[in-house]
This record gives sequence, structure tokens and C-alpha cells, in this order.
Amino acid sequence: MEAMLQPVAEFFGPTWTAVWVLVKIIAIVAPLMIGVAYLTYAERKVIGFMQGRIGPDRVGPYGLLQPMADGLKLLLKEVIVPSSSSKSLFILGPILAIAPSLAAWAVIPFDDGLVLANINAGLLFILAITALEVYGVIIAGWASNSKYPFLGAMRAAAQMVSYEVSMGFALICVLLISASLNLSDIVLSQGQGRFAEMGLGFLSWNWLPLLPMFVVYLISGIAETNRAPFDVVEGEAEVVAGHMVEYSGMTFAMFFLAEYANMFLVSAMTSLLFLGGWLSPVGFLPDGFHWLALKTAAMLFVFLWARATFPRFRYDQIMRLGWKVFIPVTLVWVFVVAAWLMSPLSIWS
Amino acid sequence: MEFKTFIFYFLAVIMVFAALRVITSRNPVQAALFLVLTFFNAAGIWLLLNAEFLAMTLVLVYVGAVMVLFLFVVMMLDINLDRIRQGFWSYLPVGALIGILLLLEMVMVLGGSYFGLDAMPVPPAASQGYSNTRELGRVLYTDYVYAFELASLVLLVAMVSAVTLTLRKRKGIRYMAPADQVAVRREDRVELVKMQSENEA
Repeated sequence: MEAMLQPVAEFFGPTWTAVWVLVKIIAIVAPLMIGVAYLTYAERKVIGFMQGRIGPDRVGPYGLLQPMADGLKLLLKEVIVPSSSSKSLFILGPILAIAPSLAAWAVIPFDDGLVLANINAGLLFILAITALEVYGVIIAGWASNSKYPFLGAMRAAAQMVSYEVSMGFALICVLLISASLNLSDIVLSQGQGRFAEMGLGFLSWNWLPLLPMFVVYLISGIAETNRAPFDVVEGEAEVVAGHMVEYSGMTFAMFFLAEYANMFLVSAMTSLLFLGGWLSPVGFLPDGFHWLALKTAAMLFVFLWARATFPRFRYDQIMRLGWKVFIPVTLVWVFVVAAWLMSPLSIWS
Repeated sequence: MEFKTFIFYFLAVIMVFAALRVITSRNPVQAALFLVLTFFNAAGIWLLLNAEFLAMTLVLVYVGAVMVLFLFVVMMLDINLDRIRQGFWSYLPVGALIGILLLLEMVMVLGGSYFGLDAMPVPPAASQGYSNTRELGRVLYTDYVYAFELASLVLLVAMVSAVTLTLRKRKGIRYMAPADQVAVRREDRVELVKMQSENEA
């Protein structure tokens, strides 16, 4: 690989590093965008089957070209900027919505050593970048200068700040037992232990000793991405579509892409932190990227499953779950894990 | 020019511009958003100093939580700019005095002999596997553990007092205990009755 790239590197000279990083970024983002497009297809098919319908089946075989048709349609639609809106912020909103959900992928390891930026504080980076996601919604809601978007933005601000806390505590438990903020190290630390030596790797992953945190992280992740049953931000029965009311065409599509890219991100993070990432569940099968893809797909299915199963939470119920259930539970569990780690019963030594 | 120097000036220029816009912007929401930009660039400069934990925490805490709540409040307020500008000239002397004092203090610290390159040499390059997070944690929980605990206590007191200030018991509100809601069974609410279908002759 190195030898093959040598002449290309000489051609670009000192700009080679930048070019090479750009190529890597495209290699991550392009498949992600295709994945996002087909996640919308999968969502409509899965929910269709769960509700006894067929789902999209008109465009292409089994409706497989439906996402392309949708994308093309959104591209060709006019972008309408309301005359009473704050124009620069109105355009900035969707950009700020999608940028963090793509930037977070910089530190996601796809395989042992296969990561764009293998930084020490990878987990912190993810937390910090995903904390920016709320700005897209808030700015869009405010810049639209209209009631429903504004209400949606206010709901988003309250909800995302609330669930970030319990998500953070769940992550503290993970980094307590893996003693590292580097995502690759967190995955590798899950491949050690008594069960991993017996060839039953899936029992040594974090989901088992941290089962309550696994559940809390997944549910908080659904709330952070504003997905059903926590989608009061865009609840169509109450605030029409929240912050997206005034957006059309590609600006709307960017919010849409951001939401689904965030679902991918939360699923991938859950797989990495609790389900062993690229590690194989059993000893006799090799590790590899396909395991991460499989686990991420399974987590994405949970997202769709939850949407088809649960009715939307009332707003006060969401706040109660976040502040009165998740935060006390996670806070206590941090102490439990810390005590467990220091006791002679510790399984992480 | 070294690439790092270029990044520093890039971040610094945006940061100073955004900081200026915070105080000159006529719209409070825009001012708050420029403050977010300032924080973000400050985090970038800290990253250049290998202080990745501080940089990420700045983004996580100030940008991700504090400024979101700040924006939440600012967006709700109906701020009349003319009313705010009314007392500008009468407040100017006091404001200018405080500004000059701050400037003097900064000049004394930064320009003095205590902060020069001879007093504080460039730190040696970080060794391989150096983790700013680990070092901070080690110092925070050993050398400065009392200060750390004190700070957390102060924050706890502030939090409890904020809750007590805003907590109010309203009378006459209808409240449903979630435990009761969860405990409801189908039999409590719905009764299925078997009956003959009614046919019209």
C-alpha cells in the first residue's frame, strides 16, 4: 500500500497529508451517506412490515431505488427563505445540524488500527462534538421567526441537555472499567477476561457487567437523536414538525440526513462501548469490521423497532424519566462500579 | 511560517473578532452565538497546547450545556434595546474604570518579569503516550484534593440554593403518580362484553 502510494505522494508534495486525510474522510462519509439513504428505506420497510403493510415497492426492484428518488426530488425543490427570518442564521441552522454528526466519525475505529484520528481523548471528543448538535435545532428554530419552530427549539434545548447528563454518567462507568478514553483501547479491553479465554467473547463485553448502563445509554441515545418515542421536538401532532417547519428542499434534507447520521453514530457508539465493536462474539470466528457493521445494524433495528412499538412520550414524562429516573440510577451505578473495581471481586484487573 | 503558528493565528483572529462581536452585536441572540464561537476557538487554541482534556471540557460544558441554557433564556426574553441603551453615558465612567483596571492587571501579569520566557521556559515536548487527562486526574485527586472537594461543595450549595429558590408548591394542580399509571391493568379500564349481534328482523 505504502509503495503503491509513493508516486502519488510525490506528485502532491507537501500538500499530500491534507489530500490523503481528505481521501480518508470521503471514504468514511460517502458510505455513511449511502447508509443513511438506505436507512430511510429500511425504516419504511421495517415499520411497514410491523404494521402489516408492504412499504415502498414502486421505484426499482423491491423499491430499492426509492431513497435515490427521494434525494433527487429534495435536491430539485426550491429552498425557501422566509422573508421575516434571520437569513444568515436560517442557512447556518441545517449546516450546524449535520456538521457535528459527520465530524464525530473522525474518532470512530472501524477495526484494530482502522481509524481516521486515533486520539487519546476520543470518548471526550465524541461527547463534546455531539453536544454541539443541539445548536442546529436551536438556531433553526429561532431564525425561522415562527411559533412552532421556536417551540420545537425550546423543547430540543431542554431535552438534549437533560439526556446528555445520564449519557455522560453511563460513559463514565465505561471508562472507569477500561481506564482509557481512547475508543480503540475501550474495545480491546473488552476482549480480555475469563469468558474471552474460554472462547465466549460476547460474555466478556461491557454489556453484561454494565447492563443497566447499556440500557440507559441506548435509551438516552434515542432521546438525544430526537427519535420516537422521544420525538416531541418534531411531534407532528403538537408542533407540526418543530424546527423544520419553515425548511424546504435541501435545507430540510440536511436536517433529515443529520437525524439519520446521528442514529448511525449512536448505534456505532453503543456497539463499540458495550458490544465489543469489531470483536468476534465467539473464539473460533475471526474479528473484523463485519462484526461492527452487524452490531450497528442490530442497534439501528432497535431504533426502528422502538418507533413502531411505543407511542410518543408526553413532555413531562420525558423530563421525569431523564431527571428523576436516569440521573439517580446512573449516579448510584457510577459508585457501584467504582466500588466493584476496587473490591477483591473485581473482574477487571 | 510553521503550520501550527498559522492555525494559532487563524483561531486567534476569529476568536478576537467573535469576542468583539459579543459586545457590539445589537441582537442578544447573535451576541450569545458569537460567544459560542469564541469558546469554540479558545478550545482550539487549548488543543494546540496539548491540553485536550480542558479543550474538550470547555466545549462540552460551556458550549454544550451552559450556552444552550443561556440561549434558551435570551431567546425567551423580549429585550428592548433602546431602554438598555438609555443609561449608557451615566454608566460609562464606572465601566471604563473597571475596564482600565482589568487592562492594567493583565499588562502587569503578562508583561511583568514573572511571566516572561526566562521565568517560564517552554515545557519539554510531551513524551509518547502522555495523556493530559491522566495527568490532570492524578494531580486533581492527590495534590489538590481538598481544593477540589471544596469547589464541589460550593457548587453543591449553589445547586441546592437554586433549587430552593425556584421550588414552589402550587395548589390545585392535578397530578398523576407515574407508579399508579404503570400499575394499571387492562381489566381496570376496559370490560369486554359478550353479546348477541342485533339483527333487524
